[in-house]
Amino acid sequence: MVEAMGMLFAAESPDLPTVNDFLPPEILFQGTPFALNRIILIRIVATIILLIVLGITASRAKLIPGRWQSIVETGIDFVRESVVYQVMGETRGKRYVPMISTLFFTIFVFNLCGIIPGMNMAANATVVMPLVFAVWVLIQYWVTAVREKGLWGFVRDECFPKGVPWPVYILLAPIQLCELILIRPASLTIRLFANMVSGHLLVATALAFAQYWVIDATNKLAGIPIGALWFVFGFVLTLFEAFVAFLQAYVFAILSTVYISMSYPED
Amino acid sequence: MDIITLAQVSGSLSVIGYGIATLGPGLGLGILFGKAMESTARQPEVSGKIQMIMFIGLALVEVLGLLGFVAALVVA
Repeated sequence: MVEAMGMLFAAESPDLPTVNDFLPPEILFQGTPFALNRIILIRIVATIILLIVLGITASRAKLIPGRWQSIVETGIDFVRESVVYQVMGETRGKRYVPMISTLFFTIFVFNLCGIIPGMNMAANATVVMPLVFAVWVLIQYWVTAVREKGLWGFVRDECFPKGVPWPVYILLAPIQLCELILIRPASLTIRLFANMVSGHLLVATALAFAQYWVIDATNKLAGIPIGALWFVFGFVLTLFEAFVAFLQAYVFAILSTVYISMSYPED
Repeated sequence: MDIITLAQVSGSLSVIGYGIATLGPGLGLGILFGKAMESTARQPEVSGKIQMIMFIGLALVEVLGLLGFVAALVVA
């Protein structure tokens, strides 16, 4: 009976998004390692746009900035002052400003692709791209630690902190080591990836219901007001996604900086 | 439906699981933002620093809720 009802609904139910949205068919170079699907194409386009826009802005930079140049400078200043220097201070933070700026702007633009009409899919919405960023951060804080404290010094400081009674080390050391190697990059990856997936599902669900109630529903008298409400809801969610795109880029940048600054010895 | 079956659930059970998984992070977010507001009201001059620490905490709390979301996707 349940299946019969399922069949009945399926015939006239809204076109809800599924997990298959994130596994689109390959459109170019099928069967090779360079197979290209929609999401990878979005990544390439977003990267090219970012490079061209920032490159043109940088090559035309003037001493007295125009409107666009001052917008870009505000963004770069924001990353430098209120992310990097605020966490690690200027002397230590200086060498990490390029890396954190790259991370922030790339992730921000990739996230914004989720609400740009025609793309409609955040480039970070499959697990691979956030994983690349997270592995970059992982390598960077290990390299920093080896340079500043030496490999053993870093592991000792993190896994065997001073002032703890020795039986606690049996429990503490594996947990801390696991955090250093696995949990930090995994949590960075999952946070970014899951936010983008859930954002896409939310917006697509709201708009699918709007389309269903306005166009497909037989009862137009009730359908059009309900559909209009769903459309407004979808619009508000789209704006919320723009906010989440910024917030996730900010959180990723600030956590990367915190992890790198934890590799330095205490003052 | 036979007489033994008193209640029948259809649909994905992982949705309920995700609902339960959001409870803890929800409490955490409430405490986090409440305390951040309180301390900003006490000392407005360090609000920038407080905001930064708040966002770090937000990220750590948020990942707990998102783990439930990912688990629902992966297991279902």
